[in-house]
Amino acid sequence: MNEIINGLIQAIELIVTLDPEVMDIALLTLRISIASILITSLIFIPTGSFIHFHEFWGKRWLINVIQTLFALPTVVVGLLVFLLLSRAGPLGFLGFFFTPAGMVIGQVILIAPIMTGLTISALSGVDKTIRDTIVSLGATEFQAIRATIKEARYAILAAIITGYSRGISEVGAAMMIGGNIRGHTRVLTTAIALETSMGNIEFSLALGIILMSLAFVINIILNRVQQR
Amino acid sequence: MIEVKRLYKKHGEKEILKDINLTIDKGEIFTIIGPTGTGKTTLLRLIDLLDMPTSGEIFFNGINANSSSKRRREIRRKMSMLFQKPALFKTGVYDNVTYGLKFRGVERHIIDKKVNHALEIVGLSDYAQRIAPTLSGGEAQRVALARAIVIEPEVLLLDEPTANLDPIATEKIEELIARINREYKTTIIMATHDRIQGQRLADRIAVMMGGEIIQVGRPQEIFYSPKNGKIAKFVGVENVIPGVVESNEGGLAIVNIFGSNIIGASTLKAGEDVLVCIRPEDIMISREIGKSSVRNVLKVKISKIAPLGPLASVKMENSLVSLITKQSAEDLQLNVGDEVYATFKATSVHLACG
Repeated sequence: MNEIINGLIQAIELIVTLDPEVMDIALLTLRISIASILITSLIFIPTGSFIHFHEFWGKRWLINVIQTLFALPTVVVGLLVFLLLSRAGPLGFLGFFFTPAGMVIGQVILIAPIMTGLTISALSGVDKTIRDTIVSLGATEFQAIRATIKEARYAILAAIITGYSRGISEVGAAMMIGGNIRGHTRVLTTAIALETSMGNIEFSLALGIILMSLAFVINIILNRVQQR
Repeated sequence: MIEVKRLYKKHGEKEILKDINLTIDKGEIFTIIGPTGTGKTTLLRLIDLLDMPTSGEIFFNGINANSSSKRRREIRRKMSMLFQKPALFKTGVYDNVTYGLKFRGVERHIIDKKVNHALEIVGLSDYAQRIAPTLSGGEAQRVALARAIVIEPEVLLLDEPTANLDPIATEKIEELIARINREYKTTIIMATHDRIQGQRLADRIAVMMGGEIIQVGRPQEIFYSPKNGKIAKFVGVENVIPGVVESNEGGLAIVNIFGSNIIGASTLKAGEDVLVCIRPEDIMISREIGKSSVRNVLKVKISKIAPLGPLASVKMENSLVSLITKQSAEDLQLNVGDEVYATFKATSVHLACG
């Protein structure tokens, strides 16, 4: 019980005093998660839309696979990216191994199925009469897609929030790809894992509280957007 | 304006529409009436070019509408469709009405003028800034109507536009439909299962049953000269009695029903089976027979009297139904079991093929 209270006090201290190391870790965490969610949104909301709006052989099967990948273990993503980016891997020449860029790639792979799958279900959730109305009002195919996405915007925003939450909270891939290098690739989750193993429970708790606060703040901001 | 030729629509093995042939004239209100689930919506969707027919053609001002997807959109942009369920976009009332104009690339200041005008027509100018989900069903349908007419369509398709609305909201929508047709000469095609609504608004009516158009005509023709017993029942001719033509002299047929001979105008020959159709409001009831021009008199016993607002429906033992005012029923002191005379003019009798 003492540890929790002390952790709380220490967290407030670290935040109020703007502890440079904690701030660095928090900022890097935020930067990686935001970069991941932006990249994923830009690529996989259109991908999900494309799958939704086109009929092709194996579509149902593909959607099943995408939904299965929601449960993709973070360490498997870590392993996959490790194989790709490590010096001997096919993408080793990029020099992304043990860098924040590599960690972003890991998160994008992790979040992509969620963004694609939830975009598809968001668009499927648009009422049939609404879809008919859009076509009946004389929309071109492109205009119809845009109008339908606009109708599904709240559900798509929920997909973004879910994706962001998965990215910021994962630890397996960040550890394996980033390597938890102090001042370089250390993020909140990897720091918590390390500090806990070193017995710095209170410091870990403080980082945990900061992590939750970051998730909370971003959620509040996105929810505000949603209500407008 | 619109010509539908040999149109078929199949859903798997099931034929939803069978051999539909229609010509719809410019500026008319054409209603399609028929029971629910008979293919009216399917037909409207095909005319709006939302779906493709299994076979058959639709011509719009002489142009084959389904010849290419580009042509389909070009022609679709001359039409608007209002659906049964008032479906509004999740945005403001004003924005909802702008969609069709934006799709057509209309300039902003013109959009503003047209949207305000359309909202004024449907009487919702004050609602422009409201959020769509806060509207009642009737208001939402009026916004949907404004959204449909703002593009100044040549043809307005209405699919059961009032099916989900209360009587007051229904009246308002009907007024608007009539007004849009009158003031803007918009051709209107409306599907409804409400035969009274179909009759109230229509210049012409098509009766649809089981995926087929069974009869097309002016309301008068449909309601007074239904082609067969099924249509007769649907359009409210409650008395449809099978009989046989006894003789026909100079266009006046004598038909035996309930053991009495009645007279009606017909070209059917002696020996042919007929259905005698008489609208209940055309049957008069009296205590005794006076001298009059009425040719048909049946002596019957009353089996049931049911009030219908200001009217009373009087059912006879031979299943004939008469509609009279409640006042008359009281004045005649009608009671169940009384023997009375049911009389109707030869001109009120419509003889359909049996």
